[in-house]
Amino acid sequence: MVENRPFGNILAHLVLIVGVLVIVFPVYMAFVASTWDPATIANGKLGLLPGPYLVENYSRILFEGTGRTTRAHVDTMLFNSFVSAMIIATGKIAISLISSYAIVYFRFPFRMVAFWLIFLTLMFPVEVRIYPTYKIVADLGLLDTYTGLSVPLIASATATLLFRQFFMTVPDELLEAAKIDAAGPLRFFKDVLLPLSRTNIAALFVILFIYGWNQYLWPLLITTRDDMQTVVIGIKKIVAVQDALTEWQLAMATAILAMLPPVLVVVVMQKLFVKGLVETEK
Amino acid sequence: MKRFALAALLLSGASLPALAATEIQWWHAMTGANNDLIVKLANDFNASQADYKVSPVYKGGYADTMNAGIAAFRAGQAPHILQVFEVGTATMMAAKGAVKPVYQLMAEAGEKFDPKAYLPTITGYYSTLKGDMLSFPFNSSSTVMWLNLDALKKAGVEKDSLKTWPGVFDAAKKLHATSPTCGFSNAWASWVLIEQFSAWHNIPIGTKANGLDGFDTKLEFNTPLHERLLSKLAELQKDKTYDYSGRANSGEGRFTSGECPIFMTSIGFYGNVKANAKFAYTAAPMPYYPDVKDAPQNSIIGGASLWVMGGKSASEYKGVAKFLSFLSETDRQIELHKKSGYLPITKAAYAKVKGEGFYKENPILEVPLLELTNKEPTDNSRGLRFGNMVQMRDVWSEEIEQALAGKKTAKQALDAAVERGNTMLRQFERTAGK
Amino acid sequence: MEKRATFSNKFLPYLLVAPQLAITLVFFYWPASQAVKESFFIQDAFGTTSNFVGLENYRTLFADPYYFHSMGVTAVFAIAVTFASLSIALLLAVQADRGIRGKMAYQTLLVWPYAVAPAVAGVIWIFLFQPSLGYFAHLVRALGVDWNPLLDGNQAMTLVVIAAVWKQISYNFLFFLAGLQAIPKSLIEAAAIDGARPTRRFWTIVFPLLSPTTFFLVVVNIVYVFFDTLGLIDAVTGGGPAKATETLVYKVFQDGKLGGDLGGSNAQSVILMIIVIVLTSIQFRYVERKVTY
Repeated sequence: MVENRPFGNILAHLVLIVGVLVIVFPVYMAFVASTWDPATIANGKLGLLPGPYLVENYSRILFEGTGRTTRAHVDTMLFNSFVSAMIIATGKIAISLISSYAIVYFRFPFRMVAFWLIFLTLMFPVEVRIYPTYKIVADLGLLDTYTGLSVPLIASATATLLFRQFFMTVPDELLEAAKIDAAGPLRFFKDVLLPLSRTNIAALFVILFIYGWNQYLWPLLITTRDDMQTVVIGIKKIVAVQDALTEWQLAMATAILAMLPPVLVVVVMQKLFVKGLVETEK
Repeated sequence: MKRFALAALLLSGASLPALAATEIQWWHAMTGANNDLIVKLANDFNASQADYKVSPVYKGGYADTMNAGIAAFRAGQAPHILQVFEVGTATMMAAKGAVKPVYQLMAEAGEKFDPKAYLPTITGYYSTLKGDMLSFPFNSSSTVMWLNLDALKKAGVEKDSLKTWPGVFDAAKKLHATSPTCGFSNAWASWVLIEQFSAWHNIPIGTKANGLDGFDTKLEFNTPLHERLLSKLAELQKDKTYDYSGRANSGEGRFTSGECPIFMTSIGFYGNVKANAKFAYTAAPMPYYPDVKDAPQNSIIGGASLWVMGGKSASEYKGVAKFLSFLSETDRQIELHKKSGYLPITKAAYAKVKGEGFYKENPILEVPLLELTNKEPTDNSRGLRFGNMVQMRDVWSEEIEQALAGKKTAKQALDAAVERGNTMLRQFERTAGK
Repeated sequence: MEKRATFSNKFLPYLLVAPQLAITLVFFYWPASQAVKESFFIQDAFGTTSNFVGLENYRTLFADPYYFHSMGVTAVFAIAVTFASLSIALLLAVQADRGIRGKMAYQTLLVWPYAVAPAVAGVIWIFLFQPSLGYFAHLVRALGVDWNPLLDGNQAMTLVVIAAVWKQISYNFLFFLAGLQAIPKSLIEAAAIDGARPTRRFWTIVFPLLSPTTFFLVVVNIVYVFFDTLGLIDAVTGGGPAKATETLVYKVFQDGKLGGDLGGSNAQSVILMIIVIVLTSIQFRYVERKVTY
């Protein structure tokens, strides 16, 4: 504090509280909607307070399936989202760790070619090459598999760049010392680099887990079976209906369940998350 | 990675069905009560025999389902049966090799099949000019005008005054006092305001019998009559005597919530009105302009049909054929009709339901049938078959939106809709072959 | 910048880069090359016929007023989202950086929307602003606004901007907060001793020192608007009304849908790839500079 200004502090609290309210309110309303019956919502009578249908709505989507719409149980969808998010996060971290290790700690022909090939994929999402990618995944027989859901999304350069930058900051003396100890490249990687990268890996994991969980277009296209759907797709299918009214209470309940795991990850691992976000993306 | 791939393989393999029966995949777009019905149909069929197993999969809205089907075909993973909405017809039939025409399928499988057993206004939409049925009509509907009788009474509007468009405009002005945000409205902007409107007034949407006679068709719905309706709606939109409800059906809730006392949309909305409307309601035929010579002519259908995809084995096709016969059975059609509100597709089913006196108790369900069979269909009212129609509907709706928002005059909007549509037709013609 | 000390091994480095290169080649370069190839063809929806047409798809695209329209839409959308979310985030971050109590609590309450999927956020917002049943729609109408985003392009745009900003504030907030904390307090104290008022201190010292963070966030936000909002737009407006919310990426998706115009869609993909490569090299220069300094 430069100067003590009680009025300024109160103002700061006020601004922050308003900000928090604005951020929280829409989700609160979604929660309220998930606790009412369809008639109340359809007739525009939804108020600010939760209703009596909480248990009914949530148990219906979790245990009976969304029934009248997608028929897949939301717990299956949550499981699918979880598995594909895990594969994406661990897969990306694993391949990026070793490839950036090669690029930083080895001199070999075509090193820069490899680097640029990987680097060009940065910021280039699957959306703009979606139809050809779909064809390849289908040709490989990977529709409706967890591999098909996740592996194409692993092809991206963000994690590789991060580890490259991190390895650059590791003092050269460590490597020289390792060489004196006659440690080979694999041992150096395992005993020196990996332990040093622990926080970076954890932080990145949080970010990538969320990235994987929130995928939309890709799972929408490549899952054809109900039991392979992810939860984000499930919501879209509850909302887009033909000759029927959208069951908003179920859509909102599913939305709440869909955002719960990644939000929990962010809140519980906030320190790692902030570190992952701020330090990795720079 | 390896471990994950292995786990994925195991997991995806674990839920494959037993190989005893031939699986027939059926991708559809039905939600709500209609989804329950689809599942019941499949279960009943599966229980009736042991050789085939129909597995229905919900793929999202009509456009999503069709998109998924096309993408899957390109990847060699098409389902056996794909539910495609009526406007996708031209795209599907142009795809020689991608689809198996139903008349061929039935002949090859040796299933008993008489195209004359089906209602012609329905099958006409899905047949060649020679009368060969290309796809199997599944859920057919037509546009009706839903009325909130309580609101009409309160505003002093007689139901009989709503037979004509001028009558609807007058009524909406009266209703505007009690329903300030929406005197009347409609879903499916292009279907209701251009496609049905043209057929109902016996004027062409395009040349060559609205495209039924060939892909070298040209649009021509920028007529004074279309302009008359659209400019009137744009005028009424200003104070919400008329209020636009979007391209698809997401605005239908405005009727059941009581916001819009007059609402034109599909008869397929019946189940939801029954479940959610807390007021007296009914459905009436679409309005017409009384000074147009042939009006009202007959309405055209909406809804969807089942296309059989190409490249499957003979035994799989046999199962598909058996399933289509199963769907055509009179009692099954009656069940479909009564539960969903969609139309019966065979003459026998219609006659039987009528004979039972069902429509005396449920007059609403007969309204679309009366519209469809109002007169012998003409070249302007048999249906329409334009390439890229799904995308074209978006274009037409965009222009309708421009006119209603006051950004273009009705004439400019219709001219643009026709011109942009013709460009799309020419592009389609190039890829579809002659 | 290079390592001085390295290992030398003939095969190991290739083995190490192989998995990533394999995935990148199969799922990135191969489809991208297919997109380039198919942009020179026209074909029917099911891919049963395919004709080489040279550059026609590109010519058609650049003669299409709606293509330029969607560029305009993308620009407006990008500017609105970037400006609004950066300003709000900066305002909140400055307040949180004042050393007040409960800073961590505020941070927690502000950061979680980052974890919400854009498509899910879209569904929630469309529900709240549904003309007939949405809570916010009722509020807005009670204020006398003629609310109908199905017809009014500006309202539809407002809606997608609000939803996109809502999701993006948390991200920008975190970066601004980190940026603010990195500014030496002594600088600000010196200015305070010189008698500069807080607002003046902010604009003359804090804001210029934050400019690297701001620049970085502008680039990231533009990329976010370009690509990550697709699910959101699909859920909220479907690009309508009358293409008022059709961004470049949404148009790629929309035109390729139902196989209607795959050639044109692929031509758009190719142009987007070029735009992205340009953006990437700008970003890369920036990244490299940061590493070196």
